[in-house]
Amino acid sequence: MLPMPAIEVEGLERKFSGGVLAVAGVDLEVAEGEIYGFLGPNGAGKTTTVRMLTTLLRPTGGRATVAGHDIVTGAAAVRRSIGVALQEAALDPLMTGRELIRLQATLHGLARQEGRRRADDLLDRVDLSEAADRRIGTYSGGMQRRLDLAAALVHEPRVLFLDEPTTGLDPVSRKGIWEEVAKLNRGGTTVFLTTQYLEEADRLADRVGIIDRGKIVAEDKPSTLKQELGPPHLALSVAGDATDRVREVVARFGKPLPSGDGKVLVELERGAGDIAPIVVALDQAGLAVESLELVEPSLDDVFVAKTGYHLAEEEKAEAAAAEASA
Amino acid sequence: MSAVAHNARVVAALGARAVRQTFRRPQLMAPILLFPTLLLAVQTGGAGGAIHLPGFPHVHGFLDFMLAGAMMQSLMLAGNSGGIAMAVDLEMGFTDRLFAAPIPRFAIVLGRLAGSAALGLLSAVWFIAIGLIFGARIEDGVPGALLVIVLVTLSAMAVGGLGAAIALRTGRASVVQGLFPLVLVLLFVSSAFFPQQLMVEPARTIADYNPLSFIVEGLREPVIADVSAAQVGEALLAVVGIAAIGLIASAFALRRRLRTGG
Repeated sequence: MLPMPAIEVEGLERKFSGGVLAVAGVDLEVAEGEIYGFLGPNGAGKTTTVRMLTTLLRPTGGRATVAGHDIVTGAAAVRRSIGVALQEAALDPLMTGRELIRLQATLHGLARQEGRRRADDLLDRVDLSEAADRRIGTYSGGMQRRLDLAAALVHEPRVLFLDEPTTGLDPVSRKGIWEEVAKLNRGGTTVFLTTQYLEEADRLADRVGIIDRGKIVAEDKPSTLKQELGPPHLALSVAGDATDRVREVVARFGKPLPSGDGKVLVELERGAGDIAPIVVALDQAGLAVESLELVEPSLDDVFVAKTGYHLAEEEKAEAAAAEASA
Repeated sequence: MSAVAHNARVVAALGARAVRQTFRRPQLMAPILLFPTLLLAVQTGGAGGAIHLPGFPHVHGFLDFMLAGAMMQSLMLAGNSGGIAMAVDLEMGFTDRLFAAPIPRFAIVLGRLAGSAALGLLSAVWFIAIGLIFGARIEDGVPGALLVIVLVTLSAMAVGGLGAAIALRTGRASVVQGLFPLVLVLLFVSSAFFPQQLMVEPARTIADYNPLSFIVEGLREPVIADVSAAQVGEALLAVVGIAAIGLIASAFALRRRLRTGG
């Protein structure tokens, strides 16, 4: 018998007043112990989906189970099984970090001593022991996200929902969260991760689902999605006026691609295995190249192919905003 | 741990957080203790001669009469502050953290009310202490003082229910904060600051039916005269009525919020 999926979603819908269909029939399945990356631009329906799966919002159509419990009829059981770190860490700036984790332990029914021990362990784990008795309002964005993550783990949940856990964080803080999520997953926790960051999904997720206008438009392993776009290509910058001759030589190894910036592009069926023969052939023809780069299809290419626009542009704007506010 | 014990622990923890939150946010604390104390000082100092008006209840001093009004103002503003704090929680998403926890959702409202009750108790003790320090007498002694403390605590919880309902319905702190002047209007058309038998119409009739007047008289009676069971009964009835309205409205607002997501 196949193991029960940690998350199973069929035709999930959410219509808001005014007829806005934020989630328009999502189907997905997340296996136990998997990290599922849920990608999409702002307003695509990521957060609404997460709010339904975490029982914060009732669906208006479809059904879903989380940790084997229906999100409507078994909402209480779902809440016992999940940890949730929502977008824009929902923290009280007047509480201290320790108070928050202890409150979370009480909410999840841990005995007082056990709650205190867990709080100390978790604060230590996310490197906040020294700041534990400071008010959360004095924490940096990265510290707040780490605290939020620790709070979500207090009852050792089977399924962890992370809604854009690194949005607005600087690269160092972002990597810290990634390491912690990867560590948790190695311990067996299923992670449902929504993100706008392609690199985040690429590095962490076993599989990704791309949502656009409330619907899943692609779903698979990141590598498979990228492979579907075709083989990688080689981009060569050529010195002087030898572009046409270089193009002739490389055409023997693969299909030439159009280029708008003066570079010579050629699709490589064998990937990196074709690079050495090309270099040898160019050398034998007495042709010099300034640079040579193997370009693999990226998740952004997948995103463009599936949705028609770049997520990476939003990502860059976010990163610039984060840097400006740091 | 049984479900009841767990839920009681959750309510207590949320109540403790509500109290800490009030102490750490001066704009929530000031209306509960500072403003009523200042108003008490100004009115007692400036309008003390009112006790010689014909028809004014027999009191040892104007402070004895005014203590009930100050406590009523304080507990009303404690309820308002609780509503503001709850709306702030909704605005910043903290309530989502609570909604996502395996607790009965109404425990979130009860936790807030537990905090209002604790602040009401603090307010009662504060004003009784101030009264005694500045020469007020509590005619019914310690039992009278205890009755006042219990009544203020229950009333703060009841009024807190109204604040919670408005917060849950609107989700906006500015709306709950905007009710501050209304609280004062309701107080001025009750017997909080002036005997209703000396008011002119239509204020007198409004005060006669204003449930706050019943609570105020229930608080005032043990201070200025012998406690009457009828007066205490009327006060408790008014408290129960306000609490029922607040809790039912909170339950509906909570249900709506959970169904619609806002």
